[in-house]
Amino acid sequence: MKLTTEEVRHVAALARLGMTDAELELMRDQLSHILESFDALGQVDTDGVEPTRHSIDVDSVMRDDKVRDSLPREDVLSNAPLREGDFVRVRAVLGDH
Amino acid sequence: MNSSDVLGLTVQAAKTLLDRGEVSSYELTRAVLDRIREVDGRVNAFVTVTEDEAMAQARSADRRIADGDTGPLTGVPMQIKDNMCTWGVPTTCASHMLQDFIPPYDATVVARLQMEGAVLVGKGNLDEFAMGSSTENSALFPTRNPWDLDRVPGGSSGGPAAAVAADECVFSLGSDTGGSIRQPAALCGVVGLKPTYGLVSRYGLVAFASSLDQIGPLTKNVTDSALVLNAIAGHDRNDSTSIRYDPPDYSRALKPDLKGLRIGVPTEYFVEGLEPGVEEAVRTAIGVLEELGAEVEETSLPNTEHALAVYYIIAPSEASANLARYDGVKYGYSAAEADGMWDALDKTRQDGFGPEVKRRIMLGTYALSAGYYDAYYLKAQKVRTLIAQEFRDAFQRFDALVTPTSPSVAFKLGEKTADPVQMYLNDILTMPANIAGIPAISVPGGIADGLPVGLQFLGPPLGEETLFRVAYAYEQATEWHRMRPDL
Repeated sequence: MKLTTEEVRHVAALARLGMTDAELELMRDQLSHILESFDALGQVDTDGVEPTRHSIDVDSVMRDDKVRDSLPREDVLSNAPLREGDFVRVRAVLGDH
Repeated sequence: MNSSDVLGLTVQAAKTLLDRGEVSSYELTRAVLDRIREVDGRVNAFVTVTEDEAMAQARSADRRIADGDTGPLTGVPMQIKDNMCTWGVPTTCASHMLQDFIPPYDATVVARLQMEGAVLVGKGNLDEFAMGSSTENSALFPTRNPWDLDRVPGGSSGGPAAAVAADECVFSLGSDTGGSIRQPAALCGVVGLKPTYGLVSRYGLVAFASSLDQIGPLTKNVTDSALVLNAIAGHDRNDSTSIRYDPPDYSRALKPDLKGLRIGVPTEYFVEGLEPGVEEAVRTAIGVLEELGAEVEETSLPNTEHALAVYYIIAPSEASANLARYDGVKYGYSAAEADGMWDALDKTRQDGFGPEVKRRIMLGTYALSAGYYDAYYLKAQKVRTLIAQEFRDAFQRFDALVTPTSPSVAFKLGEKTADPVQMYLNDILTMPANIAGIPAISVPGGIADGLPVGLQFLGPPLGEETLFRVAYAYEQATEWHRMRPDL
């Protein structure tokens, strides 16, 4: 499976990873090489085989709807790169900025 | 007590000294911190050394010992891999993305160990976000193998394995997504256990691949592994994948004979590329198992050859989703110069993540993207079913399987960094256990070219007691676990 630079640029955009042109090209070659090593997988007969998402049976876990202590607000906010008072500050989402 | 007295010191031996009052936790912790100061400049197993906190915790452990309120780990110095949250102590994941992150809570495993009175001396280095097999992907610095400082300790729990091997702690905790506890344990000559998926809570473990990640101990012998597992195993309401299961006292499984036990040797694990010295050591070890009374027989697990592809589709796919949270808004690194939200996201992730993490995010995003989902992700999940089924069938006939842990002994720094696929092959013998969710343990199983060889045992889901029995019997019949690196 050989990827094109354009495909890699598209995947980088989906992943929200900024990349230089040199990085894109290196990534194209490395990902192509990695994907080639997966080729044999396509030959495995999986007709009628159910996919395994988790190795153990996982059900939705419900808990009683009771109030529990949460983390102190100041502790949680202390790691925010940008804050304003008791809020996390985000950069402009809309319009000219 | 001085730093030379901690050489080879096990949990069990430390407890005996502490209980008899021959040494205090304060003195023991001081000696371990001295040892770190002496050797860590060369080994680089620690990202953070928590000296002040450790001394305070040691004093409090001494008060508990004086009150007779002790467990097997009270007052014993430990290290924790730096991808598990420690309240008030930086948890970096060896990434620029989390270099300044200070968790506001403890991971469940950390809380349980501290409840037992274990003393945290610091946080262990790793491949960034636990992605790698040599600890060279740490964005901070590489860790070196105490047996030969020009060689890697394995990874991603290279810091924990090296710290235990170099006696910079009595035990450590690692995480294992495709071999990240067992492979470094093998390369550093220590014991590493990956428990059954769901036996140990993942709450507070920075997520890499959530259906594969599992926390486990790195220790100097099998008894210590059982003692640490006793402290961390069991249901946790904060982890929805934690099994509702009441764990036994694993130390009761430690019996020095293997009469009547059936052990399988899967031929596919003796792969092309397996170093002759590793194969020879493992074949010799299998002979020891027979002498101990085990019925050993060859068997076949043909889907093993697909484990690498299945793993390198599923793990990056889950990683690409888990690592989407690093947006530079709530915590972690945030690019200073950016033009609006989207630009900030792109730049934060470009600067914050290292090359291997980016590679896996890209691989996973690609495998999950429109048009490729069925061919890669869904296909991998179906073959995952076949691999798990093959193990289920094998465990109808065998109590445990024995294999090499890693195809090679510790390799030189820089030797495998040029080609990602070469590096991925290091985990080829350990990934199947994560894919199937079964427990596996690596124990010292010989020496090749002057370096440790790991012997891996695999068991059925919740088969930890059998694994401990086999590993303990083998350990007691050999001297490998007593060998120490000369630092």
